Amino acid sequence: MSAVIDGNAAVRPVSSPMRELWRDFISSRMACIGLASFALVFVLSLLAPWIAPQNPYDMQQLSVLDARLPPGAQSGDGLMTFWLGSDEQGRDMVSAILYGLRISVFVGLLCTLLAFVVGTTLGLLAAYFGGAVDSFIMRLTDAQLSFPSILIALIFLALFGKGVDKIVIALVLVQWTFYARTVRSSAMVELRKEYVEAARGLKYSHLRIMFRHVLPNCMPPLLVVATLQVAIAIGLEATLSFLGLGLPITEPSLGLLVANGYAYMLSGNYWISMFPGLALVWAVLSINTVADRLSDLLNPRLRK
Amino acid sequence: MLGFLIRRLLQSILVLMLVSMLVFMGIYVVGDPTAMMIPDNVTAETRAAMIASLGLDKHPLLQYLDFAQRLLHGSLGRSFATGLPVEELIASRFPATLELACAAMVLATVVGLPLGLVAAVKPESWVGRAITACSSLGFSVPTFWVGLVLIMVFAVSLGWLPSNGRGPTQSLLGVQVSFLSWEGLRYMILPACNLALFNAAMIIRLTRSSGGEVMLMDYIRFARAKGLNERRVIGVHLLKNILIPIITVMGINFGGIIAFSVVTETIFGWPGMGKLLIDSINALDRPVVLGYLMFVVVIYLTINFVVDLMYSWLDPRVTLVEAKA
Repeated sequence: MSAVIDGNAAVRPVSSPMRELWRDFISSRMACIGLASFALVFVLSLLAPWIAPQNPYDMQQLSVLDARLPPGAQSGDGLMTFWLGSDEQGRDMVSAILYGLRISVFVGLLCTLLAFVVGTTLGLLAAYFGGAVDSFIMRLTDAQLSFPSILIALIFLALFGKGVDKIVIALVLVQWTFYARTVRSSAMVELRKEYVEAARGLKYSHLRIMFRHVLPNCMPPLLVVATLQVAIAIGLEATLSFLGLGLPITEPSLGLLVANGYAYMLSGNYWISMFPGLALVWAVLSINTVADRLSDLLNPRLRK
Repeated sequence: MLGFLIRRLLQSILVLMLVSMLVFMGIYVVGDPTAMMIPDNVTAETRAAMIASLGLDKHPLLQYLDFAQRLLHGSLGRSFATGLPVEELIASRFPATLELACAAMVLATVVGLPLGLVAAVKPESWVGRAITACSSLGFSVPTFWVGLVLIMVFAVSLGWLPSNGRGPTQSLLGVQVSFLSWEGLRYMILPACNLALFNAAMIIRLTRSSGGEVMLMDYIRFARAKGLNERRVIGVHLLKNILIPIITVMGINFGGIIAFSVVTETIFGWPGMGKLLIDSINALDRPVVLGYLMFVVVIYLTINFVVDLMYSWLDPRVTLVEAKA
């Protein structure tokens, strides 16, 4: 992020908007806790294969004799403790959750990144060129935003089938509109400022003005949207996977783990669904805490 | 006003046409309907005859026109799985979804509005903080997981409420409804709570933020200076001024509730449209999936239209003629 601003030496403001935002951001304790908590989620999911007690998808490490053990139980061979219980195949829930978290976080971040790139580009084009380009792109977002995102994603997956690539496309498809709208409205303001006029006077290319001059100054509101959308993407992916339309069984995200435990819950084996769900709530809640603070900071009506 | 109505109607028709084209492509271009409808063991001649009788040998554009003509007559085709007309399938499932969605909306409002008002009036008190924290939590917990927790607590552990199905229904003006009997209501409590949660959180947040802004206004201070009691200040002066954005958001959210009922209905085995959709997706029953889509699009267009009308009715400053949709 800072590299984008630093590279922009010709128009660097006295204090960059991003740096100012960061200073305000860390003055809230809740926000710092949220950020630290998400950092932990991120590190855990990154390191899952090295810190998980077992590889939950290596069938040779599993024993059916350990199936559906309650939290804290010892495995049959006495070698390990299932701190959060085990599922119907004798899989350690701690390991399954770490691997699931890894997939959920990865899909959430990847979708956000792609939707950010697509949405920001289209929104900038709309603001910069105006006219027919603008009205076409904006009518498209209008039409799309009048339908709930889960519905659009559901129908897309129903038509094209499941898989990591499909769910990423589906989520990018529903999320690009938020970036396009946000960047367009702030770019409209920026485009009227003198520095853009100066850049135009210097005959810089359209692309250079759009991405190196205007975009860095539109970053703060985009950052709020992006943070919020990571949480929404993770939640949406989990929901779709829970419904059996998202990720295939070979890449079990948290949503699929919850769905797996659903059948056993009625017989009282609550831990198979309960703990993956809690992990999901934890990840989403920490991201939302960060997003809340960011949007408070950028809401002009609440600013002193 | 008339100009607005006409423009809106034209826009809706345009959206419907676009969606119907997407629907058509969904059936005839992405999926291969011959693979679904013609058995593998027929001869090449029979196969050609069947393709001709289904109209699949025509130019795609002509096929679309046929499809659009059937659509205008209210026919969405037949289900691959059951052979029943799609519109009948949807019509039989729609009342259950509508009833659940209405129950959830009422529940979310009855819970969310008072709590949001408390949080707006006393934002710094522990009650206000607790309510705000709960609404943040309500945004973060996924609907499907809350549904499972509800089942676990109230159906499995405590055994108070049933967790699956719709229970007995009564006929009200020819429509089957659950809310007339206690037994029917018991089946509705858990799914309605599940579906209401997100919206209750949304209403709390909205009431709190818009209420908080209104609380600082001069007319509130003036009403208090007049010696009006707190109940009147909040119930009339405050509430009247924040109701418009709340009603707008509630209207738009009603569409979201219908979409999210897909999740709730799947968890609680509620026999509505959402469950029909998921079952049809799993059975690769494309006509039903796409029929559902067309039907829901019509619902959303109607909801957006009603919300716009209501908006201008509630707020005399808004004139629809100027509103560029």
